[in-house]
Amino acid sequence: MSLALRLEQVTFAYGHAPPVLRDVDLQVERGEFVAIAGPNGGGKTTLVRLVVGLEQPTSGRVELMVRKVGYLPQRTQAGIDAPLTVRELVTTGRASRTRLIGPLSGADRMSVQEAIDRVGLSTSADRRLTTLSGGQQQRAFIAKALAADPELLVLDEPTTGVDVEAQDAIAALLQRLRSELEMTILYVSHEFGAVERFVERIVLVRGGIVFDGPPAALPGVWHDPSHAHA
Amino acid sequence: MLDLEFMRLAFGAGIVVGLLAPAVGFFLVQRRLSLVGDGIGHVAFAGVALGYLLDLPLVLTALVVSVAGGLSIEWIRARRRTAGDQALALIFYTGIAGGVVLVSAAGALNVNLFQFLFGSILTVTRGDLAVIAALGACSLVVIALLYRPLVAVVVDEEGARVAGLPVSALNSLTVALAAVTIALSMRIVGILLIAALMVLPVIAASRIAWSMRSTILLGMGIGLGSVLAGISIAYYADLPPGGTTVLVAAAAVLVAEFWSVVRG
Repeated sequence: MSLALRLEQVTFAYGHAPPVLRDVDLQVERGEFVAIAGPNGGGKTTLVRLVVGLEQPTSGRVELMVRKVGYLPQRTQAGIDAPLTVRELVTTGRASRTRLIGPLSGADRMSVQEAIDRVGLSTSADRRLTTLSGGQQQRAFIAKALAADPELLVLDEPTTGVDVEAQDAIAALLQRLRSELEMTILYVSHEFGAVERFVERIVLVRGGIVFDGPPAALPGVWHDPSHAHA
Repeated sequence: MLDLEFMRLAFGAGIVVGLLAPAVGFFLVQRRLSLVGDGIGHVAFAGVALGYLLDLPLVLTALVVSVAGGLSIEWIRARRRTAGDQALALIFYTGIAGGVVLVSAAGALNVNLFQFLFGSILTVTRGDLAVIAALGACSLVVIALLYRPLVAVVVDEEGARVAGLPVSALNSLTVALAAVTIALSMRIVGILLIAALMVLPVIAASRIAWSMRSTILLGMGIGLGSVLAGISIAYYADLPPGGTTVLVAAAAVLVAEFWSVVRG
């Protein structure tokens, strides 16, 4: 299998503060479903922001071997006040795959509809986002990321604030996307729940990578990944 | 009322500004940059003063200085070295102070600056209307053509950046459009009130709209209605048109808020 991304000896600090991450080495192969876990403040979000290019390493090297990246930042709602329908949200995700100027082509409209269908929101496509449940809203944001036909999907705490049932639905959706679209998925979470059943690899981050392997090999003390004192 | 040429010119300019200001303001409001219009307005005052000093067309100097000020705000904000409101404060106060100094240097302190601060729509000339219509139409066409990427940035700036959209260029374009709108609108509602016409119709529209697209279109409709009603009321009641227009827009916000509460 070929690599999707590689981090070599990556250290990152915000300004002159002590490094958030130190000497991180990480390789992810295409098609892998990797969970990034660890305590709050351990550097999980910083790690994925480095991967998607929103932050530059203080030292070391980040290499991305895929071109199309879908990124779902850590949040639970759109950052605008205006009413926003599911279709409008997902269409914004398609912007990078279309010509910059002019209206959306028929083919692009179909891609947007396909992304909405994949996350199971076909019947809610023209509803306002704020009228949906937390889990449905997160699925809409996942559809937005999918609309760009990404090879790498990076999701930062996608199940924050949603109930257990919705977490299961999101986990099952990601597993299906991975098998149907052969997508590489990085999934950041401080708690796994349902996703732990699907990932084949867990990377624990606490100022650096403290564990990297299959969930079954996870040391007992880390089974609650939010464990801050291990 | 429409028998009078100055009223026809006023309505012509008002129609352009009433449509353009909320269309541009939508992107500022959604990016939580509602006060940028105010900041650029103060910079425009320095532009007017520069026009007096250099004896150049005031709209032209206000346009150039406003665009430069708007791009400066965006540049400082994007570098994150200064918080957005601090960047705004820096440009805001520099603009107004620079304007006062330049007007004084031009020996124009006795000139009636009131018309630029609060608008003087009844003095719009045919030449003014031609410039306002041409630049206003160009700005609306730019917004229509770049609607999708502009919306992608306001909905999720980081997601747009990761996806490879030219986010910095689009953000700069937004403030440049705001600067053009302000320079064009000086005569209609004035430097101190133009930001209101960019923001209030959008706020009103967002209370009653059902989608993002409908928010923009309703905002433009409310902006247009506010200007037309404002000028008409001002004509019959002998009130200042700029202030009256903004009060109509503010009333639209209250009505929309009430409607939103009643609707539930």
